[in-house]
Amino acid sequence: MWIVIAVVGAATVALKAVGPVILGGRQLPEGLNSLLFLLAPALLGALVVTQAVGGDRQIVLDDRLVGIGAALVAIALRLPLIAVVVIAATVTAAVRALG
Amino acid sequence: MTGSTTSTTYRQGARRLAPFGVAAAAFAASFAVLAPQAGFDAVSTIVMSATTFAGSAQFGAVSVLETGGGVAAAIAAAVLLNARYAPISVTVGDQFEGSVLRRLLEAQLIVDESWALSRREDGRYDRRLLIGGGLVLYACWVGGTALGAVIGNRLGDPERYGLDAAFPALFLALLITQIDSPRALAAALAGGTIALVLIPFAPPGVPIIAATAACLIGWIRP
Repeated sequence: MWIVIAVVGAATVALKAVGPVILGGRQLPEGLNSLLFLLAPALLGALVVTQAVGGDRQIVLDDRLVGIGAALVAIALRLPLIAVVVIAATVTAAVRALG
Repeated sequence: MTGSTTSTTYRQGARRLAPFGVAAAAFAASFAVLAPQAGFDAVSTIVMSATTFAGSAQFGAVSVLETGGGVAAAIAAAVLLNARYAPISVTVGDQFEGSVLRRLLEAQLIVDESWALSRREDGRYDRRLLIGGGLVLYACWVGGTALGAVIGNRLGDPERYGLDAAFPALFLALLITQIDSPRALAAALAGGTIALVLIPFAPPGVPIIAATAACLIGWIRP
């Protein structure tokens, strides 16, 4: 158990430090910078998908999707970010309670 | 979101992340409830939250141990789940200054939420927003873990409150604000598609890393 905590902790420290320690205030060369600007939407797109339907090596379609659908409506209505998130959680909880 | 790009403060970052700290604390408490089933005591549970500070990897490691997967498998699962922090930290790397130690320590406050919420309208990231928000999340994460370790699951499963839908909704809302060009849209769709296709076949964490390949769209001539 402690070996897991130590190794995972050290690996996480190193992974998070990659950008700030290596780049440290310098910008990437121009050619790579155009890629860097697309890295964020690519990562966020993947985070949305894995958190919305990701299971352990399987696609899981459950009540989360109803909440995320409600969030999309809230986004389209230009509601504030916190309202979008609260609506997603509330709708998901409601659907779960009813189901 | 922020009108100004030059005068943001740590406090603004803290305020921006505070609502999400509540949800993070609830998940941390549920981690602390789950960890004893994998042989963790209260101290080791809290130490893991304080040193790893990354929910998915902690849940991943504990669930592998709990199902008898062994130490090496638990470490591998957690490291894969956290591998996304290498590319994430590269997107913010140019904002961190000072000594190597200072950059290394400040970088520990990078988590998905503090990263995603510290993006400015010009596409760069604001270190002060990230650090202010990251500190709030860290306090909520470690505090929530301690609370869960002490009082157990009296709060109930975060899923009962729909909190598992809160974070994808947050990232979706932030993603939509970032789609300011056809290329950004293509990168988001490609990243999401790569992840979706790989989820059934690859260990958790790998789909997100593979999705970074979507940024190669930037090399296609417009």
